[in-house]
Amino acid sequence: MLTIADHQFESRLFTGTGKFSDTETMLAALSTSQSQLVTLAMKRIDLSKNFDDLLTPLQEMGVKLLPNTAGARTAKEAIFAAELAREMLGTNWVKLEIHPDPKYLMPDAIETLAAASVLCEKGFTVLPYVHADPVLCRRLEEVGCAAVMPLGSPIGSNQGLATEPFLEIIIEQANIPVVIDAGIGAPSQACRAMEMGADAVLVNTAIASSANPQHMATCFKDAVNTGRMAYLAGLGSVTKHAEHTSPLTQFLES
Amino acid sequence: MSFSDYFKQLDLDKLSMQLYSCTANDVERALAAPQRDIDHLMALLSPAASAYLEQMAQQAYQITRQRFGANIGMYLPLYLSNLCANECDYCGFSMSNKLKRKTLSDDELIAEISIIKQRGFDSILLVSGEHETKVGIDYFSHVLPIVKQHFSYVAIEVQPLKTEEYQALVALGLDAVMVYQETYQPITYAKHHTRGKKQDFVYRLTTPERVASAGVDKIGLGVLLGLDDWRLDALLMGYHLSYLERRFWRSRYSISLPRLRPCTGGVTPKVELTDKGLVQMICAFRLFNAQLEISLSTREEPSFRNNLLPLGVTNISAGSSTEPGGYQNPNTQLDQFEISDERSASEMANTMRTIGLNPVWKDWEKAWC
Ligand code: SF4
Repeated sequence: MLTIADHQFESRLFTGTGKFSDTETMLAALSTSQSQLVTLAMKRIDLSKNFDDLLTPLQEMGVKLLPNTAGARTAKEAIFAAELAREMLGTNWVKLEIHPDPKYLMPDAIETLAAASVLCEKGFTVLPYVHADPVLCRRLEEVGCAAVMPLGSPIGSNQGLATEPFLEIIIEQANIPVVIDAGIGAPSQACRAMEMGADAVLVNTAIASSANPQHMATCFKDAVNTGRMAYLAGLGSVTKHAEHTSPLTQFLES
Repeated sequence: MSFSDYFKQLDLDKLSMQLYSCTANDVERALAAPQRDIDHLMALLSPAASAYLEQMAQQAYQITRQRFGANIGMYLPLYLSNLCANECDYCGFSMSNKLKRKTLSDDELIAEISIIKQRGFDSILLVSGEHETKVGIDYFSHVLPIVKQHFSYVAIEVQPLKTEEYQALVALGLDAVMVYQETYQPITYAKHHTRGKKQDFVYRLTTPERVASAGVDKIGLGVLLGLDDWRLDALLMGYHLSYLERRFWRSRYSISLPRLRPCTGGVTPKVELTDKGLVQMICAFRLFNAQLEISLSTREEPSFRNNLLPLGVTNISAGSSTEPGGYQNPNTQLDQFEISDERSASEMANTMRTIGLNPVWKDWEKAWC
């Protein structure tokens, strides 16, 4: 069971709602994935309507919604989006995403830390999307974030865990859950993230843009479970045996 | 949650049982693990690991050289005072010991400093007994600016202070605080600390947290080996260390592994830690934590110290005196414990060079940090 703030999750696969061909395909894939936390972009919700094509069916599914602030380029914009989400969706959970760079959508560390500290003060449950930066993750933990979501590789790139050495440090040091977000393109990569000890992964593009999203959702579900079980069982490790130089403890025998 | 709350949740009997029932398999797993956790430390400290000492030593050597290069930091203790308001039955400074008591005056302090400087040291550890009223924050605040004029790195090993007091000392140039728990086993702790403020086990246990929150650069933990089962004490220190590292990640950490030495009126060790045991302990901590600094004092014999140097040690003292004013006027019988390695600093440095290690006298400049 994974606990984030006051909420418990049985599934460690988090999913997103972007890039699906239609709502039906999305709902089928999400339900197959058994994901219990689904992100959705505030910028995509039609604020003028009571019924939203995206929002209403998700609410009916009973999953926990994690509004994200994608589209925000500054802390100020992100805080505004979070407040809007709280008002509209009645949740104080927010995935904090700030990327001023439209090409690679790289998260802005400085604005993210500033926004996170304001939002935590205001009582939000903040899950920031960040670069795989161990120091930044510690600082986000210090200001009160409920989890950190470092990227595996650039959003939507399917490059997998290009940041693996840094993710390892983040996982080793964190006192809050670590959710690997962005770049995971194949079930094997999700499995690897879980084997490393990540608390959860967030997958969107790889499921949504596959030829058969529902099948792919099953594959990710299984991969995440397998990776988690392997982590718990304890992986055997790869060692390069030290070359034996002269003995260092012979003096103890004399 | 403070470490004392965390510590209360640990079942020491159960931990001890687990420690003693570790198998060869557990040790091999620990040796092969790329990242080691507290369970691996337990395996490496267990009796089962003694059969793997050479492998541990080889790995400890490699990790140390990879992280620290060939460098060994040189420091010297400067005893400010032997006044103490506590009774610890293993220490020559104990309150009831008949011993001439002395606190350095400014002139005496400057004389000590100039001798230590002549020997080439730039890193100093200020030591005193624990006497809050006579050698307390006012005295330290007075002494620190004088010392800081001459040394780039200043550590203290004195009674536990309050957070604000540490903060005040940081503003005056304090870089490191050593505060040894002596033993993490409360019943044994109570037996050896029979009078004075040091009897407060929990206040001592929470000191590193106060030190860290005051922004001190380096925190030293330690156990006095011989007071009780060293394997369990070392494991509990490992718990303390990982707790602190997780929460106070801006600090650096060091450990000190002193074996109980003879002193005026002192107890004989309850448990003897053999040379082999000490080697196991040093290697276990190095394998557990690659960046941990490990200090070696002059309590150990010269040839043994030479052999320990490559195994994970990062800081050593040499040519130490353990009495106030002892550099200027040696052998006045005011010392805290007997030292075993009488070699001078330059002799020690030469020995180190012959085995390919580089004595480092200065590696810190606060103004740049
Ligand atoms: S160990 Fe420290 S507190 Fe105890 S008697 Fe010695 S100087 Fe005093």
